[in-house]
Amino acid sequence: MIEFAMHHAWLVPLLPAVAFVIIVFLTRPWPRLSSAVSIAFMLASFVTAALAAYGVFTDPHFKHHPLIYTVRWFGMQGLNIDVGIYLDPSSAMMIFMVSLVALLVQIYSTGYMKGDPGYSVFFSYLSLFAASMLGMVLSSNLLQMFVFWELVGLCSYLLIGFYSFKISAREAAKKAFITTRVADFGLLLGILAVQIIFGTLNFDELTQMAPNFENYTTAGMMTLIAVLLFIGPVGKSGQFPLHVWLPDAMEGPTPVSALIHAATMVVAGVYLVGRNMFLFAEVESALYLVAVTGAFTAFFAATIAVTQREIKRILAYSTVSQLGYMMLALGVGSLTASFFHLWTHAFFKALMFLAAGSVLHALHHKADVWEMGGLIKKMPITGWTFVIGGLAIAGIPPFAGFWSKDEILLAAYQSGHYFLFLLASITAFLTAFYMWRMIFLAFFGEEKPENHPHESPANMTVPLVVLAVLAAVGGLIGTPSTPLWQQWIYYGHPHHIEPNVIIMLSSIALAAAGIGLAYLLYVRDKEKTNAKDLARRFQPVYKLLYNKYYIDEMYQWFTRVVVDGSARITYLFDIYVVDGIVNGSAAITKGLGSVMRYFQTGKVQTYALVFYMAVLVITVVLAFTDASSSVLVMGGAE
Amino acid sequence: MANALGTVSFWILSAVIIFSALMVVISRNIVHSILWLVVTFLGTAGIYLMLDALFLAAVQVLVYAGAVCIMVVFGVMLTRRGNIRHSNLFNSRLIIAAPLVGLILSAAAYLTAASTDNVPLSDGKVPADTVGSIGQWLLSSYVIPFETAAILLLVALIGAVFLAREVKTDDRH
Amino acid sequence: MTGISVIHYVLLSAALFSVGLFGALVKRNAISVLICIELMLNAVNINLVAFNRYVTPETFVGQLFSIFVITVAAAEVGVGLAIIIAIFRNRLSVNLDDFNWLKW
Repeated sequence: MIEFAMHHAWLVPLLPAVAFVIIVFLTRPWPRLSSAVSIAFMLASFVTAALAAYGVFTDPHFKHHPLIYTVRWFGMQGLNIDVGIYLDPSSAMMIFMVSLVALLVQIYSTGYMKGDPGYSVFFSYLSLFAASMLGMVLSSNLLQMFVFWELVGLCSYLLIGFYSFKISAREAAKKAFITTRVADFGLLLGILAVQIIFGTLNFDELTQMAPNFENYTTAGMMTLIAVLLFIGPVGKSGQFPLHVWLPDAMEGPTPVSALIHAATMVVAGVYLVGRNMFLFAEVESALYLVAVTGAFTAFFAATIAVTQREIKRILAYSTVSQLGYMMLALGVGSLTASFFHLWTHAFFKALMFLAAGSVLHALHHKADVWEMGGLIKKMPITGWTFVIGGLAIAGIPPFAGFWSKDEILLAAYQSGHYFLFLLASITAFLTAFYMWRMIFLAFFGEEKPENHPHESPANMTVPLVVLAVLAAVGGLIGTPSTPLWQQWIYYGHPHHIEPNVIIMLSSIALAAAGIGLAYLLYVRDKEKTNAKDLARRFQPVYKLLYNKYYIDEMYQWFTRVVVDGSARITYLFDIYVVDGIVNGSAAITKGLGSVMRYFQTGKVQTYALVFYMAVLVITVVLAFTDASSSVLVMGGAE
Repeated sequence: MANALGTVSFWILSAVIIFSALMVVISRNIVHSILWLVVTFLGTAGIYLMLDALFLAAVQVLVYAGAVCIMVVFGVMLTRRGNIRHSNLFNSRLIIAAPLVGLILSAAAYLTAASTDNVPLSDGKVPADTVGSIGQWLLSSYVIPFETAAILLLVALIGAVFLAREVKTDDRH
Repeated sequence: MTGISVIHYVLLSAALFSVGLFGALVKRNAISVLICIELMLNAVNINLVAFNRYVTPETFVGQLFSIFVITVAAAEVGVGLAIIIAIFRNRLSVNLDDFNWLKW
């Protein structure tokens, strides 16, 4: 059974893809049946993934010898592309996590999307998304990965724009698609460069070649490749400065936010960098770029999240921030810490998004946390699971987030990038603060009489509970006393870091301080006068943060001034130069024609006259040019 | 002396041909033109005789001087309109056409003169029975062009009848 | 005064051709143009017969060619006159300057 699952891991992405096809072509008119098909196939996929992952994690052989099955996709001179699966501990972890979250989200969606006219279509998109993501994770080469990567992008476009009757949803979908497309272009260039330089795109061959890259190319070229490859993840994983699409992507249905924009899709970028760690690890500068981008994004997004009011928007910026953490971990060379945080984050962030969806469901899509309050009494399951998620993300032991975040801080500290470590620590404090600000405002305090919340049905709360359990205990496999994770998922050699008690304690202290500050400002202070006071006193800063550093406005300004300006110039060029040439040549032709038409009198004798003129000219030219004069002289050339 | 006689007759015939051809062009009356055309054809027949082409000379007189000219006179008759004295005038292209033709003639004359020594002349004898020989050629080696020419004449005949037919103005079609 | 050679005949032919061409270009009457074309054909025939006589006197290829030219010329005159008559019926004119349809 386990053997079968491991050797047929291609079933994991294939099953949801089959579900997509079935729903689109067969069961679309029957919503219940469609969701049943989708969930059944997703369950089969999850079981296969779980068995395969179990198989991988019970045999240490796979640590260094990934299971690879490939078939030739196409080949030509100098370019042979395979398609296949690449099963190692990292991808085994990913397929398990992705298929599990996808399954839970699909179950949750049966409640959340109930009665929606696009119910079947929604489930087909979810299936396609899961298939793309699982396919990407299992890819055996860069091109295959790129194909699935783009499929993931397509699915995100479809799902963000799912409520296509809303202008904002359409705009958000376009924004997501175009922003990630811009980044994907860099990725594609990077892939081409890899193909040109190494002559192969297969991960196993590249892993062998990359450490000896000096046989193929220069360090500068290597850096270029790494930077180009990194541009793709910057877009997909919402790193500064291409993070702008991610918060807007919350226009999609909330399960989509949970599935795509929190737990799985956005980590595709992190996974890509991790998968290509053998390239990044060779060039110090590229790694440093990754680390700085990650740390800055983490801090930057956290500061924005502090002032936001919409529940999903806060979560979105928190996602950007957490992704920054993962990038930071990769940048300081700790694949272990990065993927560990990816793993725990998937659970607690999916949990929080689904819980937020539950809240929105109950409050009829009233999203402002300031208009909520006391929800925990009416919605105990949603509320308490949300609290668990909040504890996990804030980094309170023994919840999952603590262990992974601690791992990242430790890795940053030990790599010697103290400034980045400092930034990450401040971010940890901010994270705890803004998360608990939201929780205190929404779930505690006084109830608002105009709200009539109710607990969601079981098919929505069960996934919440499952995720809450995972968010609580998911980190226990990587604690200093039980370092299972560290023994399995690493780059190079096992990541052994001496636990640093000071860092651990200080991170707990920072998290507690953040929660405590939130408590003081938003619970103890019933009227929230201090919070409002602070906002007033630091009005410019508050406004700057509330408006997300005006990044969107800057992009719009850029679009308006530079893009539209250059479009204006090219428009003028088109009007006066291109059209000028076209119209000019037409005018010349017309003018010539109007002159020439006097020769075309329609009179046969005039034609004969012209005809004989030509005969004369040809005769004279032939007769009096040396080469052929003899042709016309009687007797020929001899 | 035969040679001198030939020379003299060539120049006389040439003068007749060119003069009458010019008169064909210059005459303001189309009927006069046709009469001068007959003279041109007869002069050409004389040239053929000098070149030992007896059969062609006879054909020239019969077909051109006889049949074609008569036919053209019929054409003039059928299309007569206005004063016959001014039936054959020049048009405005004279100014361009005259120098053009002059140049063409000059070029042709120059090229002819330039190739004086290049013509591969033959000393062979002309067979005694030229007419009979042509008949045998026409009905042996050249029988297919001969028959084709016959078909061409038939087609031309039918075509001419069709084109020149009186168009009925009744509404039967 | 030397003997007459093929060159003389060729020059005669060229002169006759030029006169015919001149007439064909400058005459108004369509029948006159037809006549001038006959002149040009005659010039060609003189050429053919002269070369036949001086280059290959034993055979009659040039003369046979002339016979076909005469045949075609006769047919051409017949059809040409028929066309002129047909046009005359429509337009009541044989002046070529009145006919400017040979365009577009």
